[in-house]
Amino acid sequence: MGVSISCKNNVVTACIDGDIDHHTAKDIREKVDSYIVRTSPKLLILDFKEVQFMDTSGIGLIMGRFKYMKSVNGKMKVENIPKRLERMMKLSGIGKLGII
Amino acid sequence: MQNVINEMNINFFSRSYNEAFARAVVSAFVAQLDPTIDELADIKTAVSEAVTNCIVHGYKNGIGKIYITSKIFSNGKILIKIKDKGCGIDNVEQAMEPLFTTGGSERSGLGFAVMQSFMDKIKVNSKLGKGTTVTLEKFIIRRQVGNE
Repeated sequence: MGVSISCKNNVVTACIDGDIDHHTAKDIREKVDSYIVRTSPKLLILDFKEVQFMDTSGIGLIMGRFKYMKSVNGKMKVENIPKRLERMMKLSGIGKLGII
Repeated sequence: MQNVINEMNINFFSRSYNEAFARAVVSAFVAQLDPTIDELADIKTAVSEAVTNCIVHGYKNGIGKIYITSKIFSNGKILIKIKDKGCGIDNVEQAMEPLFTTGGSERSGLGFAVMQSFMDKIKVNSKLGKGTTVTLEKFIIRRQVGNE
C-alpha cells in the first residue's frame, strides 16, 4: 500500500498501490509532491495499475498534481487506469484535460 | 412494504483511517445478497464518499462519532444510513452541486455526484449545528435466495 516513485530522464513515475481515499491520499500527495519539488521533472506520470479502489479523493489527487505541474510548465499523465475505475474517471470529466 | 431481513449498526470515531474500515464493513454486510463486483464497488465508493464528508466537513473542527445503519430488505434493496452529529450543511442543494466544495484544492467536489450516480437513491438531511444524515439505497438483483 502506498506509492513508489522513480525518476529517469526528467520523467518522474509514481506507481500508486492499494486504495486511494481521503486518508491514503494525504500520504501519497506528500510523497509525490516532495519528490517533484526536489527533482523538477518535465513530466509526472501517475501509474494507476495497482490501484484497487478509489473514491473522489483520487480525482482530487490527480487534479492537484495536474495544477502543480501546469504551474511549473510541466506535464502530467495518468497511466494504466484499471477498468473498474473508468466510470469514476469518466464522471469526473478529467478526460477533457488530456492527461489520461 | 418490504420486510427488513437483516440489519446492522456500527459507530466509530471520525478518524480518516476508518474510511477504509467503514466501506469494508458495509461491503461485508452487503455480500450476503451476492452482489456483482461492480455493485459492491459502487456501494464501497458511495460509503467512502459519505464517511469522508463526515470527517472532512461534519467534524472539521475535531473528532466525533459517525453512525452507520444498514438494512437489507426482502426485495433485494439495501439501505445505508450514514450519520454525523457535526456542524451540518448550510445549503444542501448547493453542497450537492457537482464541483462545489468547501474542502480546498485537494477535494474534487464530486462526492455527492458519485453517490447519486453509483446508487439508486440518495437523501440528505442536515441541520446546522446538529449534523447530517445521508441515506443511500440500491437494489441488488438477487441471483440466489438465502435463508430468510
